[in-house]
Amino acid sequence: MDETHEPIGADAAVVPDDGHAPDEHAAHDVAKHIRAYLMVGLTLLVFTAITVALSYINFGTQKANVAVAMLVATFKAGLVAAIFMHLSNEKRMIYRILIFTAFFVLGLFFLTYLAWYDPIVR
Amino acid sequence: MDIPYTVTARPDTGLWNAKVGIWLFLASEVMLFGGLFSAYVFLRLDAPPGRWPHGLLNVPVGTMNTAILIASSVTVVMAWASLKMRRFARYKLYMGITILCGVIFLAVKLAYEWPEKFVHFGAHIKTEALEKYEPYLGNKHLLATGHEPRNKITGHLHNHEALHDPNVHEYEIALDKVNADPTNPESDRPHFWPVHATDKVAHVDKKDVKFAGMFLPNFNTYFATYFTITGLHGLHVLGGVLVFVYLWLPVGANLYKRNPEHLANRVEVAGLFWHFVDLVWIFVFPLFYLL
Repeated sequence: MDETHEPIGADAAVVPDDGHAPDEHAAHDVAKHIRAYLMVGLTLLVFTAITVALSYINFGTQKANVAVAMLVATFKAGLVAAIFMHLSNEKRMIYRILIFTAFFVLGLFFLTYLAWYDPIVR
Repeated sequence: MDIPYTVTARPDTGLWNAKVGIWLFLASEVMLFGGLFSAYVFLRLDAPPGRWPHGLLNVPVGTMNTAILIASSVTVVMAWASLKMRRFARYKLYMGITILCGVIFLAVKLAYEWPEKFVHFGAHIKTEALEKYEPYLGNKHLLATGHEPRNKITGHLHNHEALHDPNVHEYEIALDKVNADPTNPESDRPHFWPVHATDKVAHVDKKDVKFAGMFLPNFNTYFATYFTITGLHGLHVLGGVLVFVYLWLPVGANLYKRNPEHLANRVEVAGLFWHFVDLVWIFVFPLFYLL
């Protein structure tokens, strides 16, 4: 990932003069985040390699291996959600939607668990 | 009619409308994939011990596709950042790379990974016939070393007519390494590099076979879940690519000239969808390819 820092407005010719020029502050904010985006991308690639490597190590049982892989995957997913999807710094409305989603998806997996853990047969 | 709040925040939500819209949509997507994943968990937990297959997919290719998808997540966020900084040429470049990544991902899946499975053959051996095929299964060795027994013989099918013709009484199979050399400890665990079918040929009597066929969704539960989930994921990749192409075409440039912030918001929303698709793959990859 090469990132040459050209000065802001390097291709100023295409910036339309319609009163929508970037707010200096906002543009500066975004520029600051670019480094973070690249670092997260790199971290995700490294952890992909780690996931592959871990899958060839025997953690005792297959379940333990799956648990380790899911732990790494959850960490990676968290990075994507927090940084790429801006969830680390989002408006309250979005969090409200996601709290409901988390509740229902956990409920869904809990139902699956109940269906599997059938106490009458087992 | 103008759609309101495409750029400015709506006072009561504090957000421009598309942002609320995409997150509501992603919430429903979480439930869609959540349903399929919970089905997967259920089927896998309920599989008899040792019967869930491992090492049937091409790990290097899967790893490469994972890296491609992660790279595209970076480039799409860079495309958005470029718009925010009003660098349109850069936006076009990053968006172009994102589209390319999506197309490569799909091409690898549809032109290589899936077809490779469609031509791979396997036969589930009946329990009472397992002894007869011991030279190909190596179950005594597996039992002695504390591994779960095998009940499948896989490889490249020589006589395809055997699949349909009732007068053909046996399958002629060029064996996979695992069946050609079943007592080799190398075969006890899946490997990173895929192993190709050997020259060793086995004849399997149809009478001894419970079910035989190509590696299609009906071959076993594993492939049923694999094709369903990667298929739906692939459709999402396709959808994302189509939206990106739309935003990359002159439509995007025209919107940029009218209101660059509006285009930036559209790219952000499409990007959010793309990151979600990446996020799903982060779970698909270890579950299906590695474990």
